[in-house]
Amino acid sequence: MSSNTWPLWEVFVRSARGLSHVHAGSLHAPDAEMAVRNARDLYTRRNEGISLWVVRSEDIITSDPDEKDSFFESPQGKDYRHATYYKASEGVKHL
Amino acid sequence: MAATTPQNAGLSAVPSYEQEQSQARFDALIEQDSRIEPRDWMPEAYRKTLTRQVSQHAHSEIIGMQPEANWITRAPSLKRKSILMAKVQDEAGHGLYLYSAAETLGTPRDELNDQLMSGRAKYSSIFNYPARSWADMGAIGWLVDGAAIANQVPLCRASYGPYGRAMVRICKEESFHQRQGFEILLALSRGTEAQRKMAQDAINRFYEPSLMMFGPPDEQSPNSAQSMAWKIKRFSNDELRQRFVGMIAEQVKVLGMTLPDPELRFDEETGRWIHKELNWDEFMAVIKGNGPMNSHRLERRREAHREGAWVREAAAAYARKYENSEVA
Amino acid sequence: MNHDELDATLDSFGDALASATRVTPGNALRPEDIAVDGVVPDEDLAQYALRLGDDALILAQRLSHWISRAPELEEDVALGNIALDVLGHARSFLTYAGLAWDKTEDDLAYWREEEEFTSLHIVEQPNGDFGVTITRQLIISIYQYLLYSKLAASADPTLAAIAAKAVKEVDYHRDHATQWTRRLGLGTEESAQRMRHALEILWPYVDEMFQDEALHERLGDRAVLPSSLREDWEQQITQVLTDAGLEVPQVGMAMARGRSGEHSEHLGYILAEMQVLARKHPGASW
Repeated sequence: MSSNTWPLWEVFVRSARGLSHVHAGSLHAPDAEMAVRNARDLYTRRNEGISLWVVRSEDIITSDPDEKDSFFESPQGKDYRHATYYKASEGVKHL
Repeated sequence: MAATTPQNAGLSAVPSYEQEQSQARFDALIEQDSRIEPRDWMPEAYRKTLTRQVSQHAHSEIIGMQPEANWITRAPSLKRKSILMAKVQDEAGHGLYLYSAAETLGTPRDELNDQLMSGRAKYSSIFNYPARSWADMGAIGWLVDGAAIANQVPLCRASYGPYGRAMVRICKEESFHQRQGFEILLALSRGTEAQRKMAQDAINRFYEPSLMMFGPPDEQSPNSAQSMAWKIKRFSNDELRQRFVGMIAEQVKVLGMTLPDPELRFDEETGRWIHKELNWDEFMAVIKGNGPMNSHRLERRREAHREGAWVREAAAAYARKYENSEVA
Repeated sequence: MNHDELDATLDSFGDALASATRVTPGNALRPEDIAVDGVVPDEDLAQYALRLGDDALILAQRLSHWISRAPELEEDVALGNIALDVLGHARSFLTYAGLAWDKTEDDLAYWREEEEFTSLHIVEQPNGDFGVTITRQLIISIYQYLLYSKLAASADPTLAAIAAKAVKEVDYHRDHATQWTRRLGLGTEESAQRMRHALEILWPYVDEMFQDEALHERLGDRAVLPSSLREDWEQQITQVLTDAGLEVPQVGMAMARGRSGEHSEHLGYILAEMQVLARKHPGASW
């Protein structure tokens, strides 16, 4: 890639107060200031957002998909962490 | 997000144990109708097929801006001018969503763009026809976008996550594109004799190319079966074409216009639409680069790229010098 | 597949996705509202709205040419947004002006002759390279920002409402032009050279933007006196240029009288292109 290639950025949009920023897509921009502006132009043309984050794609650290099993196995089967596990108290008000 | 190429992909002729495991995991995800995500292992052929399809789709959006941009400055009312401008701008946006999706498969946009500008990459051949009259803005919206939407809605469920997500966004935004085209034709159909003639002429020119947008008949479409097995495609070319022709056969009545196809009828026995023989020789010739506008369309893209080089260089140079400057 | 089926297909996706792509039309003032709600302006007010509308219309016509030709696809989208905003301002101002003469925005855009257009020379200047367009944008967007900021307090409620909507959009245009001026001014030697050239060829049309007319005096607190904007404008643009390593060029000022219908050689071509189709079909609806 030539040094004149603009880097890739990931765009996150908050669509309304009270909601999290959600990944919307990516774009190219020469720097952070332009990236957030390009994100505005590209991802909020229809009032989709009230706040934007941009992050350089190369700065994102992800979990390794090859280790998916060992990484995410532990919570499987621990249904006692969920309220629905507790049947005996069903029907008791305000509980 | 930038994808890393799996180390073991396609290097050895004899699959290793790890490779077989990966393939089994991939097959299971497809079987469960789940989604493949960028960092998952995937067969090289799947990656290649998708990269080709998604980038072709992106190129089509970008080249597809040209015939309509041709009429922005001449739109006959300021309202139509606004709508057309918004639509052509959306197409740039859709091209960008799709290039983003293609990039997650490991090919940078620069390279995809080079493939387009050098003529190695394909794009929807319908954009190699000229947009001669204002009515073409209507016919393109109604027929070309209509065919594109019929193609795209099932792609929202494509097995590759980033492609499906891009398509959801695109389909939502495009729902206005087809309607605005239809309404252009509707206004013309209720207008003067000259306007009606203009509308019918545009429909005549775009009907057949729009039917060919679904690709060759199933028996001549060698890649379709694999794409369907991978759940990239959900319906065959002919199935989609059938649906589309059925829709427009009804819609054209609202316009009080006709489709240039005397053979068009619904066959009760087979439950299928019969339409005229499509001119696949012309289709192939246009794909090969011999359409009326191929040369011009590509040159226009190269020109924009060439003329913009100093701007891209300047912005990159500025970023290098002021890397750590504050964000406004 | 009809729209309901399409919606049903799309709705089958998760909430997280929907929340990132939720779209709404918004609830800002539209040109259509002005035709319905607007009080009919008097002749002076209509002439004033016509000037603002013509500036915006010709600028939008110029900017729209960039779509599909920008230096990068992201910039196609950015310039498209700006052109659309500016066209929206034109439509509002022209719709309002037209109420005085029982004319629509389209009557005014498509059926007036060149000498009836009141736009400034700066907006009809050719796009040139990207640097020329950015420089023209810098000049005009700072001007419009200052103008609409004051006009939002106009004694005429319709003009005030149009300006209040427009000023927020033009503020973004000003930022866009500022960002690019900085990058092109400080980027490479070539880009700096192109910006210096752009400033030299466009600066002669600055004077005209600040010329007062008897009309402005008569309108009083319903309009903004162009000369009152000059000091702030010069201060702002000098700051942007200085930050970009550029200078105000030392060039003479052109004799430009666009407000009285005396244009350069460019407007004829702009109108020929813009009006050709509408004029081929007199009385037609689109």
